[in-house]
Amino acid sequence: MKAAGTVTPVAAEAGAAPVGAGTSGSLELRHITVRYGRGRSAVTAVDDVSLEVPAGRVVGLVGGSGSGKSTLGRAAVGLVPITAGNVLVDGVDQGRRPGRRPVQLVFQDPFASLNPRLSVGASVAEAVPREDRARRAEEVARYLDLVGIDPGMSTRLPHALSGGQRQRVALARALAARPAVLVADEVTSALDVSVQGAVLNLIRDLQRELGFAMLFITHNLAVVRYLADRIAVMDRGVLVEEGPAGQVLEDPEHEYTRALLSGVPRIGEPLPESAGAEGAKTAGAAGAASGTDEGTETGNR
Amino acid sequence: MSKAPRLRQALRTPMGIATAILSALILLVAIFGPMLAGDTADRIDTDAIGRHSGTEHLFGTDALGRDIAARVVVATRLTLELTLFATLIAVLGGLILGVLPAVLGRRAGRLITATVNLLVAFPGLLFVLFLAVIFGVGTFSAAFAIGLGAAPATARLVQNLTAAVAGTDYVAAARILGVGRFRIIVRHILPNIAEPVALFVAQVAAGILVAFSGLSFLGLGVQAPDYDWGRLLNEQLDRVMVDPMSAVGPGAAIVLTGITFGLIGEVVAGASGGRGANRPEAEPVASIDEQPTAEAESALLHVDHLRVRFPGHTAVHDVCLSVTEGEAVGIVGESGSGKSLTALAAAGLVPHPGRVSARTLRFADRDLNRQAPKGTSLAMVFQDPMASLNPALTVGRQLAEVAEVHHGAGRAAALARAVARLGAVGIINPEQRVSKRPHEFSGGMRQRVMIAMGLMGEPRLIIADEPTTALDVTVQAQVLALLRDVRDESGAALLLISHDIAVVSQVCDRVVVMYAGRIVEELPVGDLADGVAHPYSAALIGAVPTMTTDRDVPLATIPGRPPEPGEESVGCPFAPRCARASDRCRTEEPVLERIGPGRRVACWDPITTAVHELEEVR
Repeated sequence: MKAAGTVTPVAAEAGAAPVGAGTSGSLELRHITVRYGRGRSAVTAVDDVSLEVPAGRVVGLVGGSGSGKSTLGRAAVGLVPITAGNVLVDGVDQGRRPGRRPVQLVFQDPFASLNPRLSVGASVAEAVPREDRARRAEEVARYLDLVGIDPGMSTRLPHALSGGQRQRVALARALAARPAVLVADEVTSALDVSVQGAVLNLIRDLQRELGFAMLFITHNLAVVRYLADRIAVMDRGVLVEEGPAGQVLEDPEHEYTRALLSGVPRIGEPLPESAGAEGAKTAGAAGAASGTDEGTETGNR
Repeated sequence: MSKAPRLRQALRTPMGIATAILSALILLVAIFGPMLAGDTADRIDTDAIGRHSGTEHLFGTDALGRDIAARVVVATRLTLELTLFATLIAVLGGLILGVLPAVLGRRAGRLITATVNLLVAFPGLLFVLFLAVIFGVGTFSAAFAIGLGAAPATARLVQNLTAAVAGTDYVAAARILGVGRFRIIVRHILPNIAEPVALFVAQVAAGILVAFSGLSFLGLGVQAPDYDWGRLLNEQLDRVMVDPMSAVGPGAAIVLTGITFGLIGEVVAGASGGRGANRPEAEPVASIDEQPTAEAESALLHVDHLRVRFPGHTAVHDVCLSVTEGEAVGIVGESGSGKSLTALAAAGLVPHPGRVSARTLRFADRDLNRQAPKGTSLAMVFQDPMASLNPALTVGRQLAEVAEVHHGAGRAAALARAVARLGAVGIINPEQRVSKRPHEFSGGMRQRVMIAMGLMGEPRLIIADEPTTALDVTVQAQVLALLRDVRDESGAALLLISHDIAVVSQVCDRVVVMYAGRIVEELPVGDLADGVAHPYSAALIGAVPTMTTDRDVPLATIPGRPPEPGEESVGCPFAPRCARASDRCRTEEPVLERIGPGRRVACWDPITTAVHELEEVR
């Protein structure tokens, strides 16, 4: 692996299309509702959520497990059927057309998101747009290099790579598809602590360099604080707060955001006074203690 | 991939050798048998009709005086051909029916799945007979019928495997990249289900061989003048009582070939599954410094030079650790650092084939080297409470069991205690909740239940292995606070394993940092504010953004990656990633040395600055 956190500026290489080409769109989610099941057993994972990711900006989407944040991310790339609402990229409704999506997703678990029987080069090659087929090998090498993977490793199978390297490959694959928008779903939470920082640095540097819009989904407020321009907070399928990062973190409006913030462990900071009872959110958040589970495991699968 | 060498390795085992010999033998007989024994097999000898087995005719002769042994040899080719043909049909049919639901629309997919389910439920032999009747009596139609008969079961397996692969992230990734359905099947699905399907096919082939022989035996299969083993059996049926040997020939051939198919499956399984033969273990030279400390004597848990070895590598190297009565100690490290194994060793729970050795491994006056920890003085809380609770039993039953087994409590008394304990860990309405099953609880509540289970006895030590990793931050804080409260009340000691140093700092008195199976630093939580001494500890803190990290500066990173299991280095294991590493670090492994009250570090060049820049610790 290359020295972590440094990005070789290969975008301006002669002959090749700039890496950032096509990566300047905006994403608009309009009144998205995702419902699983039918009739009485139906579960609403995402309930009428509207969210905009302006071109070139990073929007952090935070929430607990079962908040519907991952489902919303998957809905944005068309992996989850949308019950109601529209996904717009650069103002164009994506509908249900098949084929390459202008929004690409980087998955949480790099051990599951790469085909174990396909060399990493082949995985990235699958993303290269058809019009670039002739230069495919070149493109693969370029994107691997961009994420700090030696292109000489492109013939390796994923199992020969570490978790951090695999996540870099997954990122290269997503970028190679020239997405207008990137959705990153908990991309560091499956990684070892010591490599998380390097991957976050890489994502941050690439985003700043290439200027793509990104929806960064995480449960980790510190990570989102580090990366995002704006922060959206979801709880039980509903968007409860959205605003500039600084404002949401320093002056949160919603109870749930406050509860999330107070739960972040900080070195040397004492725990809440009492363990409380189950269901009772630390700050008496939305829905409060009604004896229901605090994460009725909605969606998120 | 190392598939070819693994196959070669599997073939070198006694079973592999036997399989290879048997397969070769059967193949040779199938290829050359008809050429060599064809004339003998077809020669009608009216002088030798119905001869008993003997030296002249090994299995006797049939009603036309033909040598049965020769006929068994000649029949090998047809039998194998038909078996393989039927297997091919089963596999093709199974693959098509199995993969289609994953690529067709939802409705069509369901229809196919339902049809296959129906066919699987239908008795196999009846289905085959039914098909055989439809297709008419004949060699080809029988093979066709048998193949089709085996297809639903194959389809069922393929469907299950395909559904699992189709749900993976890499198939999802291919979908959003716009990869076509056919390419997804060929590139992403088929290669990843090939191994189990191949195994299953070997078994199917053996089944088809027997089924086909059965059909021929019943007269529905191969028709005269052709003959296979089943037909030969059929011809000798009326003589079996008089001269059993006449049936032994074809019978033995069927059994032997069937076994060979099974063995081929086993060998393929051996080659694909699991790791190869264990490498011999190199006994690492221990650098043992002899200084038994006074605190060790009074410790509740005392671990001295603990080593956990797995075939091929040592996961925990000479770890010395003690937890005194009522103390909370946190072990921090990444995956593979040996932190969980250290805790599991203390509980006597190291999974097979791990081997634990230690100079001292003592918990509450019990030498764990000789006896397993017993009773309820030790409580364990694991990362995934769903996996550590029995989904089939009510929560109350599982808790009550502890009291019944260990304290001889009656059913009612045990349940009452369970209710009380559930209430103590903050479960609302414990009287009603005891009769619920684990899946009716959320993650945080299950973790509370696990803690309650530990409290059913009088734990002196609670070992919590990443107890909050699977939980939301809001719930995490509650569970950590609960652990603290429980400790305050019961006076139990706590050994908390976590990858998050912040989590540990909130609950524990002392932090132990592990890397590559070794303790690299140990310090009181209060000293965290003064800065850590080991470069790895510093990096561990700096690599993770906190709520106070400067947004405009790149995160401090650790180049490289942690050593893989079995990747042994000379010198300090962190040296390849350490900016401060010197030649000494690369050649000589540092020992854990005392650098202050309650502080130990294993580093030749520890960071000594009081406040380091990586983290503003409040």
